[in-house]
Amino acid sequence: MATWLNNGFPRSLILLLTIVCVCVCGVRAQAPNTCLDCHAALDPPLQVTQAQFSQDIHAQKGLTCASCHGGDPAKADMDAMSKAIGFRGKIKRSQIPELCGHCHSDGAFMRKYNPSLRTDQLTQYKTSVHGKRLLQGDTKVAVCIDCHGVHDLRPASDPRSKISPLNVAQTCSRCHSDAKYMQGYGIPTDQYAKYTQSVHHEAMTVRGDLSAPTCPTCHGNHGAAPPGIDSVKNVCANCHVFQAQMYDKSTHKVAFQSAGLPGCVVCHSNHDVSRPTDAKLGTGPEAVCMRCHKPGDICDQARAKMLQDLTQLDGAVKAADRMLGVAESSGMEVSEARTEQDQARDFLTEARVTIHSFKTELVEQDIQAGLKIAAKTQAEGRAALAERDRRRRGLGLSLGIILVVLLGLRLYIRQIENNTGKVETAELRH
Amino acid sequence: MFVALRNWIDERFDWAGLTAPLREKTVPYHDLSYWYFLGGITLFLFGIQVCTGILLLLYYRPSATEAFESVQYIMTRVQFGWLVRSIHSWAANLMIFTAFCHMFSVLFLGAYRKPRELTWISGMLLLFLAMGFGFSGYLLPWNTLAFFATKVGTEITGQVPVIGHGLKVFLRGGEDVTGATLTRFFGFHVALLPGLTVLLLLTHIALVQYFGMSVPPAVEARWKALPSEARQMKFFPNFFLRELMAWYIALGVLGALAAILPWELGTKADPFAPAPAGIRPEWYFMFMFQTLKKIPAKVWFLDGDVLGILAFGVAGILWLLLPFFDQAGSRRGRRLVLGAGIFALSYIITMTIYGYMAK
Amino acid sequence: MVADPNPQLKPARRRMIKILLGGGLLGSFASFIYPVLRYLVPSPVAELGGDQVIAGKTGELKPNAAKIFRFGSRPGLLIRNSDGSYRALSATCTHLGCIVQYRSYLQEIWCACHNGLYDLNGRNVSGPPPRPLEVYEVHLRGDDVVVSLKREA
Repeated sequence: MATWLNNGFPRSLILLLTIVCVCVCGVRAQAPNTCLDCHAALDPPLQVTQAQFSQDIHAQKGLTCASCHGGDPAKADMDAMSKAIGFRGKIKRSQIPELCGHCHSDGAFMRKYNPSLRTDQLTQYKTSVHGKRLLQGDTKVAVCIDCHGVHDLRPASDPRSKISPLNVAQTCSRCHSDAKYMQGYGIPTDQYAKYTQSVHHEAMTVRGDLSAPTCPTCHGNHGAAPPGIDSVKNVCANCHVFQAQMYDKSTHKVAFQSAGLPGCVVCHSNHDVSRPTDAKLGTGPEAVCMRCHKPGDICDQARAKMLQDLTQLDGAVKAADRMLGVAESSGMEVSEARTEQDQARDFLTEARVTIHSFKTELVEQDIQAGLKIAAKTQAEGRAALAERDRRRRGLGLSLGIILVVLLGLRLYIRQIENNTGKVETAELRH
Repeated sequence: MFVALRNWIDERFDWAGLTAPLREKTVPYHDLSYWYFLGGITLFLFGIQVCTGILLLLYYRPSATEAFESVQYIMTRVQFGWLVRSIHSWAANLMIFTAFCHMFSVLFLGAYRKPRELTWISGMLLLFLAMGFGFSGYLLPWNTLAFFATKVGTEITGQVPVIGHGLKVFLRGGEDVTGATLTRFFGFHVALLPGLTVLLLLTHIALVQYFGMSVPPAVEARWKALPSEARQMKFFPNFFLRELMAWYIALGVLGALAAILPWELGTKADPFAPAPAGIRPEWYFMFMFQTLKKIPAKVWFLDGDVLGILAFGVAGILWLLLPFFDQAGSRRGRRLVLGAGIFALSYIITMTIYGYMAK
Repeated sequence: MVADPNPQLKPARRRMIKILLGGGLLGSFASFIYPVLRYLVPSPVAELGGDQVIAGKTGELKPNAAKIFRFGSRPGLLIRNSDGSYRALSATCTHLGCIVQYRSYLQEIWCACHNGLYDLNGRNVSGPPPRPLEVYEVHLRGDDVVVSLKREA
C-alpha cells in the first residue's frame, strides 16, 4: 500500500477526489445563497458583498438573506424575490425590532445556537426611550441595526464590532452628538464630547481596561434610558461600593433627594467624570462644597477640617518618601520601608473614600492610621540615615587610627634611618 | 616571651639561616623606586580579596533562586556585612587597576628584560586570571546588570572561530546563561581561579626574590658610569615599613569607598525580561567591548566581531611574549616595546573613556 | 640630606614613637578584627531565600479565616479553609492593584476598590478584574506555614 501511494499518479488522484468531496460537502453545509451573486455587483444601498457578508455572525451560523428578507435563495433569478413565496424586500424601520425579536426572543430557538444568550432584548427595548418613541411613530430613533450593523454584524466580543465596549460610545454618539439630527428632542448633544474627557474613557482607551464604564454601563443598552435622578447613585454604586454605602448613611442623601438632585452627579458630574483631587474640598474653582454651603457655617468647617487632614497625611507620606530617597541614595537599603509606604498610601486612598460619609471623625480615623505608618517609615528612613552617619563616624575613627599608624611609621622610619645608615653603596645587583 | 619563642624555633630550625636572605635583601634606591610598590599593593589587595571572600562565603548561596537574596541579606542583616561586601567589590576593582599599573610600570621601567622573562610571563598570566576573577565574580550577586553583562560577554566568547561555541557552552554550563552558569562561575571564582593563582603567585614571587629588583635602564647606565651613586635600601625594615605605609593608605581608601560609596545591589535578574538599555561590562573590559562595537559588521570577508576577537587574541599572545622582542643590547627592541607600551596604554585609556561617554 | 646633629634621639622621644606606632598598629588591628568578629556571629533573623516566606504559625488562624502577609515586596493572602488546610494567593488585585480581602461569610475573595470578586482558586469571577490572582504553594514545616512560589514542573 505504502509503495503504491508513493507513486505520483495515485497520489494526485486521491488529492483531486478529496478536494471535490470537500467542495461538495462545504457547499451542502451552507444553504445556497444566490442573492449575493447579483447584489454584490449593485450600487449601495442594495449592495451587499460576499466579503461583507462572510463577516456576519448570522451568515457564519448558517443563515441566509432569506432568513430575514424572505424569498428563495436557491433561485438565481428575479423569481427569488416574489411576494408570493414570502419575499419581504426592504424591512420598514418600525418593523425591524419585531423581525429581529422573532428569533432573538424565542428561547427555544436561541438555545439551539447559544443557550447562554439573553432573549429579553425586545422586551427591554420596549421600555427604552428608543422603543417607546418608535411605537409612537418616530423612526429617527435607534433600532437594532443602527447599533449592531446589519449585513456584517459582529458579536460584542469582537473588537471590530460597533457594540464592542471599545467602540460603543462612538456608536451612540453617531446620533447623540449630531446637533442637527437631535433637533427637537430637547436633550444635550455634548455627552460624548464630555465623556472623552473623563477618567472612565481614559481607563478604557489609555489603560485598556475593558471593564471601564461606557454608555451602556450606566444607561443600559437595549433598555437605554437615563438612570433617573434617584437611581444615578445606584448605578455608580455597582463599582464604587464603599462611597455609595457611606453616602447612603450621610446627611447628603436625604438633602439631595428632597432637593431633587441626583446623588453622585452633583459633585462628580455624569459624563465628564474627572479624576477627583483634594482641590474639590478646597475653596478654589474646583471646589464643590462651596457651591451650596456658606463660608463659615458648620459644614464649611467640617470641609476645612477634612481637607486639612488629607493635606497633612499627604504631606507626611511625601516627606517619608523623600527621607527614604535620601537614605537610598546614600547607599542604605530601605526596601521594607518602601513597602510599608504603600500601606500608608492605601490609608490616604481610604480617607478619600470616607469623605463620602461627610463625617470628620471617620475621616480622622483613616488619617490617624495613615499618619502612624508614615511616621514609622519616616523613622525608619531617619534610622537608615543615622546608621549611615554611624558608619561614617566609624570610618572616621578607623581613618584616624590609620593616620596615627602612618605618622608612627613615618617617625619610626626617620628614627631608624638617622641611626643606621639606610643607604649602602653596594654593587648593583642584577 | 618572644625570646623564648625564638629560642624554641632556633633549637629546631636554622632560623637565622632561613631568614638570612630576607634580612639581607636590598632594594635599589632611586627616583623611580616608588614604582616598586605596585606589585606589593596588588598582592596586598589579593590578600584582602581572599579574606573578605572567605567571609562572604559564610553567607552567600550560589543558586539562582537564593544568590541575590543572600547578598541582600549580607548587606542588610549581617553585622558589618555591608562593609565586607563593599570592600570586596571595591578591592576587586582596585586590584585589577593596580595590576594594570604594575604591568605598565614594569614595561616602561624595563623590568621584563633578561633574565626576568619568566617573571613577566607569569605576571601576565596572573593579570589574565585577575580579569577572570573579575568576570566570574561580577555575576555572583545575580542582579540584572551582571546577568546581561555575562550574557553579552559569553556571547562574544562564542564568536571565537572553531572553539568558540564549545568555549561558550563550557563557560555557561549550557546554551544560555542560567543558574547552571552561576554555579559554574562560583566554582571558577572560589576554587579553580584561586588554585591557579596561588601556584602562579608563588612562582612569580619566587622569581622576583631570586632575581631581585630590576633597575631601570637609565638609572642602570648612570650607576655604571658613577658607581658611587648606586644606592640600595634594606628591605627589612626600611623598604618594608614604607610599603606598610602604602598598604595602610590603601586600607584607608578602601574603608572610605565602602562607607561613602557602598557597592550597589541592583535588582534581581529576570532571565525573561528584555535586556535593559546601557548594558556594559566592567571598566577593565570596556576598551575591548568598545572596540568590538566600533568595528564594522563585515571587514573584507571576515565577520567584524571575529576580527576583533582574533586581533585581541593575537595582541594578548604578543604581549605575553613581550620580553623576547627586547633582547639584550638591542636599542631598537627597547624602542619597539616602549612604543607598543605607549600605544597600548593610550588605546586602553581612550577606548575606556570613549566607552563610558558614548552611552 | 643634612645629618642630624643629634643622631641618637632622646629616649623619651623614642619611647613616644614606639608607643605611637605600637598603639596605632594595635588599634588598627582591633578596628579590623572587631567587624570581622561581629560579622561571624549569625544574625537572629535567619531569612530564607526570596522565593519562600514564613507566612505565619499553625494555630494562628482559625478555620475559615485569613490574613495578609508579606511576600518579598508584595502582599499575599493566606486563607485557612474550613477543613483546616491552607491556601495562599497574591493579594494584589489584578484590576488596579488594591489589596484584596477574604470574605469568610461568602467564602470568596473581594476587592473593595471596585467590587471585584475572585473565587478561592483565584479566578476572577465578577467585576472589573481582568486576570486571576497568582496562586502560591503552601507547606507546613513544624509549626511554620511556609508559602513559596509555584514551582514549574
